[in-house]
Amino acid sequence: MNLAQTRIGQVVTVSHVAGEGSFRRRLMELGLVPGTRVEVIGVAPLGDPLELLVRGSSLSIRRGEAEDVAVSLGETASSERAATPSTAGRAEGNSGLASRGLARSAP
Amino acid sequence: MTQQALTSASARATGATPTAARTPLLLLIGNPNTGKTTLFNRLTGQNARIGNYPGITVERRSGDLTLHADGPPRVVEVVDVPGAYSLSARSAEEQIALSAVLGWAENPRPDLCVVVVDAGQLARNLYLVTQLLELDIQVVVALNMIDEVRENPPNAAALSRFLGVSCVATDARHGKGLVELERAISAALALPPRTALRIDYPNALERDLERVAMALPSAWSESKTRARALALWALTSIEADDELQGVDETLRARCLEVRAEADARDIDQEVIATRYALIDAELPKLYPRLETHPKKRKTSERVDRVLLHPVFGFAIFISLMLLMFQSLFSWSDPAIRLIETCTSLSANFVEAHVPESIVRDLVTRGVIGGVGNVVVFLPQILLLFFCIGILEDSGYMARVAFLMDRIMKALGLHGRAFVPMLSGFACAVPAILATRTMERQRDRLLTMLVVPLMTCSARLPVYTLIIGALFPPSRVFGLLPVQGLLMIAMYLFSTFITLLAAGVLGRTAVKGRRIPLILELPPYRLPSLSGTLSMMWRRATMFLKEAGSGILIFTILLWALLSFPRPAHVAEPPPLAAAIHQQFAPKQQVQSAPSPAPTRDPSPIEQSYGGRLGKAIEPLLRPLGFDWKIGVGLIGAFAAREVFVSTLGLVYGIGDADENTTPLRDKIRNERRADGSAAYSPLMGLSLMVFFALSCQCMSTLMVVFRETRSYRWPLFMFGYMTALAYVASLLVYQGGRLLGF
Repeated sequence: MNLAQTRIGQVVTVSHVAGEGSFRRRLMELGLVPGTRVEVIGVAPLGDPLELLVRGSSLSIRRGEAEDVAVSLGETASSERAATPSTAGRAEGNSGLASRGLARSAP
Repeated sequence: MTQQALTSASARATGATPTAARTPLLLLIGNPNTGKTTLFNRLTGQNARIGNYPGITVERRSGDLTLHADGPPRVVEVVDVPGAYSLSARSAEEQIALSAVLGWAENPRPDLCVVVVDAGQLARNLYLVTQLLELDIQVVVALNMIDEVRENPPNAAALSRFLGVSCVATDARHGKGLVELERAISAALALPPRTALRIDYPNALERDLERVAMALPSAWSESKTRARALALWALTSIEADDELQGVDETLRARCLEVRAEADARDIDQEVIATRYALIDAELPKLYPRLETHPKKRKTSERVDRVLLHPVFGFAIFISLMLLMFQSLFSWSDPAIRLIETCTSLSANFVEAHVPESIVRDLVTRGVIGGVGNVVVFLPQILLLFFCIGILEDSGYMARVAFLMDRIMKALGLHGRAFVPMLSGFACAVPAILATRTMERQRDRLLTMLVVPLMTCSARLPVYTLIIGALFPPSRVFGLLPVQGLLMIAMYLFSTFITLLAAGVLGRTAVKGRRIPLILELPPYRLPSLSGTLSMMWRRATMFLKEAGSGILIFTILLWALLSFPRPAHVAEPPPLAAAIHQQFAPKQQVQSAPSPAPTRDPSPIEQSYGGRLGKAIEPLLRPLGFDWKIGVGLIGAFAAREVFVSTLGLVYGIGDADENTTPLRDKIRNERRADGSAAYSPLMGLSLMVFFALSCQCMSTLMVVFRETRSYRWPLFMFGYMTALAYVASLLVYQGGRLLGF
């Protein structure tokens, strides 16, 4: 199913974001990456756009674009932890700042 | 300009490295709705300077902050960067944040960036912070709106450890945490933090980054860290059809090549998901408890259940908009009357104390009239920006866009265009200034181009005069008054044409790539009065400074056009000037003024250049049913549409005419052609009203569009298309009506 087919109050998990390049990128930058929990908060009185809750923030998009966001019902374990999406292929290393990549660079 | 500012400007111009001699530059950057502008106002007080970013008409606000911490006071220049969710860009406007941060494209190079983040929405806000840190930008984080998350406050120290930069909890609205922030800024300026965040991306992407980095222009790769970050930026920004400026062709080709070769891999998702994974992994350490649905959102959603309700929501929306419109339309009236009275009193004062001469006329009619023409806009501008300030600050403006999006989308307009469009019914000038609430240049331009088609209040006197003079006070079916119906018809007609024009122009003249809507409904907040007042003040002074001189000059030019050459023996005041002057006289005075007896001599206005011009264009106006007298009226109406009435009065030798003056109505009604037939028929009246509805008879509107777009092109285009539209429509009405036998 996709986001446009959800009902108000439903909690879903993003499985894939499709659509036009720059808009798709902007949606993901606003937090809609695969694995993310999304709550459908409401729909505008005229039926469009939708209001979503993504990572504790409000985000409204139109139905036409919501159709490009594939979702599955409910929260997955990963979305509950708001954690690593499988496709990202995160580099190893989760302990401590240095290995997560915080390093001082030469000026 | 102070000595310090001068040195800083020259130091920046030569691209010198930061030294103690110049004013350090501090950027405020952050997502929209994070209280960035409130913080800017808090830090700089009321001394904001407003300019534009180089090469683009996006407002650049800067001000001075005096740091007192550690030693002698030190002045820092602060710039408020437009809100951005990310540094990746597709258009020149979105590119501003990156250019400002890196000191590119003629932007001065900043010494420090203060990233303003919403303490309640760290996940989304930290995305931008990771981008800045990857770029090796010197950063201090202001953890703002900390007051709104009292029950689950993020830990500033933990965030500081995570990012490796100072993080200060602030509440800009109530002015809390500012001393600590200033101290952190001082410390960071004294000892620049050199913390770059290095995120490890999947191996395949790392290889892509190296390939892109090799194609970077040399100016972009001053360090390995920055080169890698810019390669990331390029890879997630450059597209075959982007609208970016100043991107090297080699780099562009390389990015497209790398993306094409990525095949099944999803580069955008690799970059973005990796950054979010880093943030997500850290979040549990930043908040006492992780909330998927924060309390401040829940409160706001409860309010939205009413305010966005299909029935109550719209009822409240319509009431609020009517209230706003009412205030623009009628509450501003006493202030406008007062300004008009003051204008006419000062003109009278000069007339009473200075002997008759051309200079006196220039002063009273041209200069004082012109100043009056400018100041008269202030009440509506102030009121409109008061409303906008409250709507924006409270979070309701985003709801207006949310409610109206479906309708506005169909017209190709942004949801936020609704308020400016509605204000257009009062006056196009404040409405055009109000388009600044829209971020995209294209949306602003489209709204600006169609707003002057709305029936503004200045058209009412013209309609009143024509309807009163040429249409009988009879009733349709013995019930509905013809005159009232006509007035309503004119409103409906102009609204219909405005929407039609938006649809057409949005697909032709200001065609831009259709951008999908992304809207954030911020939590409801109590609007801040001081913020709103300071915005009103800024807008008003900007209008006076920028558009004021132009309007003044045009008023004087029009005065000259309709006053020269001066008739040899006539001691009457120069016509247009008198028209303008009289426009500013209190209404009661006008009505009680005796009308001089009609004269058969040619009026001075007929002999003026304007009068000759009116006669010269008569052949053009004939097919619309107009004669040269109407032509002169149209020329005079450039000062302001309602001046048409008094100019026409002068053409007929009626000194003080307004739309309700009986002699003027009679003149129009009884005007005869050479063959004795009535010169002005109801059909001609309709044609004239249609002409007024569609033409751009307002130099102030053109002047404001010129200032807002910083180009001659758009005001000229606006004048051209509106005049053409008006001409064709009037022609159709008049000739069509005649064919039908009217």
